Amino acid sequence: MLKIKGLKAKVENTPILKGLDLEIGTGEVHAIMGPNGSGKSTLGHVLAGRDGYEVTGGSVEYRGQDLLEMEPEVRAREGLFLAFQYPVEIPGVNNTYLLKAAVNAIRKHRGEAELDAVDFLQLIKQKMKIMDMDESFLSRGVNEGFSGGEKKRNEILQMLLMEPKLAVLDETDSGLDIDALKVVAEGVNALRGGDRSIILVTHYQRLLNYIKPDYVHVLSGGKIVKSGDHTLALELEEHGYDWLKQEAASA
Amino acid sequence: MSEHKPTSSARSYELAHAEVAHQLPAGGWLDALRREALSRFTRQGFPTRRDEDWKYTSLRPLEQQRFVPSTGAAGEPDAQWLEGLKIENLDAIRLVFVDGFYVAGLSTADELPEGVTVQSLAAVLADEPERLKGQLGAVADQDMHRFAALNTAFVADGAWLHVPADVEVQKPVHLLFVTTADDTPRLVQPRVLVSAERHSRVTLIEHYADPEASTAFSNSVTEISTGEGARVEHYLLQEHGSARYHVGSVHVAQQADSEYVSHNINLGGALVRQDIHPRMLGEGANVVLNGLFLVGDGQHVDNHTRVDHAVPHTGSDEYYKGVLWGKGRAVFNGKVIIHRDAQKTDASQYNGNLLLSPMAEIDTKPELEIYADDVKAAHGATVGQLDEDAMFYLRSRGLDARTAREVLTFAFAGDVVSRMGLAPLRERLEAAIARRLPGGGLA
Repeated sequence: MLKIKGLKAKVENTPILKGLDLEIGTGEVHAIMGPNGSGKSTLGHVLAGRDGYEVTGGSVEYRGQDLLEMEPEVRAREGLFLAFQYPVEIPGVNNTYLLKAAVNAIRKHRGEAELDAVDFLQLIKQKMKIMDMDESFLSRGVNEGFSGGEKKRNEILQMLLMEPKLAVLDETDSGLDIDALKVVAEGVNALRGGDRSIILVTHYQRLLNYIKPDYVHVLSGGKIVKSGDHTLALELEEHGYDWLKQEAASA
Repeated sequence: MSEHKPTSSARSYELAHAEVAHQLPAGGWLDALRREALSRFTRQGFPTRRDEDWKYTSLRPLEQQRFVPSTGAAGEPDAQWLEGLKIENLDAIRLVFVDGFYVAGLSTADELPEGVTVQSLAAVLADEPERLKGQLGAVADQDMHRFAALNTAFVADGAWLHVPADVEVQKPVHLLFVTTADDTPRLVQPRVLVSAERHSRVTLIEHYADPEASTAFSNSVTEISTGEGARVEHYLLQEHGSARYHVGSVHVAQQADSEYVSHNINLGGALVRQDIHPRMLGEGANVVLNGLFLVGDGQHVDNHTRVDHAVPHTGSDEYYKGVLWGKGRAVFNGKVIIHRDAQKTDASQYNGNLLLSPMAEIDTKPELEIYADDVKAAHGATVGQLDEDAMFYLRSRGLDARTAREVLTFAFAGDVVSRMGLAPLRERLEAAIARRLPGGGLA
C-alpha cells in the first residue's frame, strides 16, 4: 500500500522529517506515536500534499505510484484520505455541497456515475447515523461553528463517504471526551477491514483501546525509532517517551 | 451669472444642455430648479483627482468623450434579453426604462394599494407638476454631489413612488433601466423619487442592466424620504456591460424611528462610481448598508458611502465586500459622521476585500468623524487572498484547485447576498455572481 523510504522534509526551512522509513501493508492498521514536535503531523501533511512542506529527500510509493508527484486532489481521488487534526472552518460553503463534491470527484475519477441529490442524501443519512450526527449538520457551513468534537465527527463522516484505501488520521482523538471518542472509533472501525489500510497518528494510547492497531511505531526526532505490536503503546503509556529518547541517544 | 468660468468639460455639458433644452419638461419652478442646477454644475466643474472625494477615480474617460444626452428610448430592447432580466419567482410591479425613459408597453401596470403612486416621472411632470414641487431636489445635496446637479439640470424622466401613511406595498417595485447598444455614446440620467410617509413600508429594486456592447454613461440620482416609523428596503443592482460608465448617487432623509436598508450590488463596468448618503434626522432612525462589488480586469468601481448621525439614538450597520481580479481596481470610502448632539449612536462598519490577482488593487478607507462623546462606533477593513488552509482542505477532499478557488470566492461574496431579504433576488444574484467570477461556470 505505502512504502516510505528515507523521507526528509522541511517546513519553513526547518528540517522536520530526517530520514523516515515506514511500510504499510494492505489491510493493516498502524499507529504512529511520539512526543510533541516529533514530526507526526508533518508526516500527515506531506502524505496529503500540503504546500509549504518541502520534501528534500527520500521517496513515497503509494499503490505502485510516486505519491509525491501527485496533486493533493489526485491523491484524494486515488484513495488517500487525511483526517485533519484541525479541520478548517469554511463559512459560506455548505457542508452537504462539499461532501457531495468530494464523493462525486472520486466516483468520476473511478469512471463511475456521479450520484444525484436523492441517492446522495440517502447515502449520507445512513453514514450520519453511524457518526451519531444530527441532520442539521447538512445545512451548515463546512465546520462553521462546530465544536471540537463535531469537527472530528465530520472528518470521519467525510472518510466514511469517500471510502479511502489509505486513511491517515492525524490526532483525531485530541480534544475529544470519552463519548465522542467512542463514536469516532466506531466510525473508524466501521471502515476497517478488507484492503483498507489505516494510519493512526496519536499522542496518547487511549484511542488504541478502541481501535486496536496491528503495529505501533514511535516517531521521534523525525525518524521512526522503535516499532512493535500494540503492547508497545501500553509500554509508552506507562513509561512515557523519555526512555526511548535516551535509548536513541545512546545508540 | 457670468462671473464663473466653466471648465472645458463642464462647458461641453452646458452646450449639450442647450441643444436638448427645448425637449425637456418645462414649467415655472422646474425651470428655475434646472437653471440653478446647471449653473451650479458648470461653476463647480467636473471633479478631478485633486478633489478628496475623487482621489482614486479619474474621470478622464468621461471628459474625453462627447456623450449625447438621451431624449427618449433610442431603440427597442431585444425581447428575449429583456425577459431574462425579470426576477424569476418574484411578483413585482415592474417599470421599464429604455435609455432613461419610461416605456409603458414593457411595464406591468398593477393594482396598487389605495393611494399609492408608482409612475413615470415624466408623466407626473406633465400632468401634475405641483405634486413634485418641493420634493424634487429636496433630499439630494447638490453641493456635495456635483453629478446630482447635472442630473437635475437634465431631469426629464425616471420614477415617482409615493406611499401614503400606514400603507404597506406588498409587492416589490422593480425599476429596470436598460440602455440601447448602438454607435451613439449616450448620456442617460434617470431620476428616482421615493416618498414613504409615516409608518409605511415599501421594497424598491433599482436595477441597471445593459447589453454587453453598451457604451452609455448613466448618471442616476435617487432621492428617498422616509417618514416617521417608515421602512424602505432598497436594492440597487448594477449589471453593467464592461464598457459602461455609471455615476450614481442615492440620498436619503430619515425621520424618527424609520429604517433604510440598502443592498448595493455592483457586478462590474468600465467606470462606476456610486454614492450612498443617508441622513438620520430623527431619533431612533436606523440604517443598514450592505454592499458587494465584483471588479474584473480593466474595470473600476468606486463606492462612497456617507452616513450622517445628526441626532441621538440612531444606528448604522454597514457591511461591504469586494472581489477583484485581473487588473481590477476598486475604491471603498465609508464615512460615518456622528454629529455633536448625536449621543447614544451605535455605528459599525466593515469592508472586506478579496484580491484574486497580484495586479488587482483596492483603496479602502473608513472615515469616522465623531463629535459626540457617548457613542459606540466600530470599523474594520481587510484586504486578503484566498485562505490557503481552506484551499488545501478542499483539495484534500478531491476538488481540483480551480473549483476550490471558485467555491471559496463564491462563499466570500455570497455572505453579502445572504443578508438580502428577497429570496428570488438572492437566487438570481447567486447565479449572476457565479457567472461573473473569473473561471465562471460555477452554478
